[in-house]
Amino acid sequence: MGLHGSATVSLTFDNCRIPESQLLGQEGEGYKIALSNLNIGRIGIGAQALGIAEAALDASTGYAKEREQFGKPIAHNQGISFKLADMATAVEGSKLLIYNAASMHEGGVDCAKEASMAKKFASQTAVDVSIDAVQVYGGYGFTKDYPVERYMRDAKITQIYEGTTEIQNLVISRQLLK
Amino acid sequence: MNFQLTEEQQMLRKMVRDYAENEVAPTAAERDEEERFDREIFDKMAELGLTGIPWPEEYGGIGSDFVSYAIAVEELSRVCASTGVTLSAHISLASWPIYTYGNEDQKKTFLQRLATGEALGAYALSEPGAGSDVASMRTTAKKDGDDYILNGNKVWITNGGVADIYVVFAKTDVDAKHKGISAFIVEKGTDGFSFGKKEQKLGIRSSPTTELIFENCRVPKENLLGEEGEGFKIAMTTLDGGRNGIAAQAVGIAQGALDAATDYAKEREQFGKPIANNQGISFKLADMATQVEASRLLTYQAAYNESEGIPYQKESAMAKLYAGDTAMKVSVEAVQVFGGYGYTKDYPVERFMRDAKITQIYEGTQEIQRLVIGRMVTK
Repeated sequence: MGLHGSATVSLTFDNCRIPESQLLGQEGEGYKIALSNLNIGRIGIGAQALGIAEAALDASTGYAKEREQFGKPIAHNQGISFKLADMATAVEGSKLLIYNAASMHEGGVDCAKEASMAKKFASQTAVDVSIDAVQVYGGYGFTKDYPVERYMRDAKITQIYEGTTEIQNLVISRQLLK
Repeated sequence: MNFQLTEEQQMLRKMVRDYAENEVAPTAAERDEEERFDREIFDKMAELGLTGIPWPEEYGGIGSDFVSYAIAVEELSRVCASTGVTLSAHISLASWPIYTYGNEDQKKTFLQRLATGEALGAYALSEPGAGSDVASMRTTAKKDGDDYILNGNKVWITNGGVADIYVVFAKTDVDAKHKGISAFIVEKGTDGFSFGKKEQKLGIRSSPTTELIFENCRVPKENLLGEEGEGFKIAMTTLDGGRNGIAAQAVGIAQGALDAATDYAKEREQFGKPIANNQGISFKLADMATQVEASRLLTYQAAYNESEGIPYQKESAMAKLYAGDTAMKVSVEAVQVFGGYGYTKDYPVERFMRDAKITQIYEGTQEIQRLVIGRMVTK
């Protein structure tokens, strides 16, 4: 559906010989390795989601000021300007959650909960804001002549990879309940 | 309102579902990918009588009602939203105004062909600068002897290029605002009538959306629909009914997405059990199912009112608003239930999500629905 400029493929190993020197860490340590850098990964995908949402917001704001209907820019209707206000607030919230988790990680503080919150909130925001951006553009937003339909297609993956939103909810709730 | 579908309506649902699953679904992904309209699908709908569901038999219809029409659009959209909107635009946007405002000759000449499916219909209202603001349209129709001469461009035309009969709105009085608009029936092949850009879209990709170009296009005065200056009223009342069709399309998309997500959640195992056994998934499915059910009832209520001659403007706006939002939310959640698989073209849910978005935009954006509902609840 989205991220068409990024290759996603399946890998097949058929008696593939790897020298012992390329074993990373110890045998049996893989699960720990796989899960150990998840926090940075989640902050990274949160930041990707934030970028998508910011681009969608910028595009919508620009368009809403230009597009005139009923003799005035559509941004002069509260139906549009309040939508932009909601979008901008969610983008700002995402940004702060991501920067907070990144800053905790930088300081060597455990940020499992904060990284999951950042990824969950920012990816939901990317989906919501990109869908609203297509809405602000109306029919034009549904075409490939403007980038907002691409933002919408790209945004959805941020709720799925590097731990789905459901997995983030598991992480957050376990931290809360422990 | 009767909450029980009639036997006829239940039979129609079964017939359309069988047809949709056996003959429309198998090619839906391929037609989406190739942006390909398939006239044979429309021709088969004609054979089944779907192209004239609500119209009397004397005009080539099957004399059924608007709930049956909504059921047909819903069942088609459950597997292919492009096919759903082909029928919706044909019946609600092209045939309805001719049935409602046409004289006997126009009904015999044009409605008959539309209802039997011999001809495919389309509706041309929007222009580049005139979307929600209809009265600012620039297309003109100038009286010249026994003809009108049309000049201007129309955009976002569903069934554009492939349709045979177009209901076109133009200004017969350029100085008047909405009162200067008139409606015309224009046939494909008329001199001076050509097709411009075909849009490349996010969704409903096997339903063509095309620009229409009128350059000194001469239309006989017999093709004026209703009276001069009556076009705005014709356009708006047509959209009131059209919203039922789009609401039905949205219900179909949402039901298709819900069905796919439910089946997958029962099959897909993680942590040694089906993912449906987690409340994080089953509660999501419960919310989705509740919204789909409410959307369907709103849609059938509006369609029922129209069949019974009860006002339905507010009801159809509510149905379209709620069902469109539901289709969007439910399809986004369906992709979520499928996880990474849902993001690929191997499953239909990503298509449902791309198709769902247009139901929040066309035949009056959600903002316009809120204007309509807001005016009615505050008057």
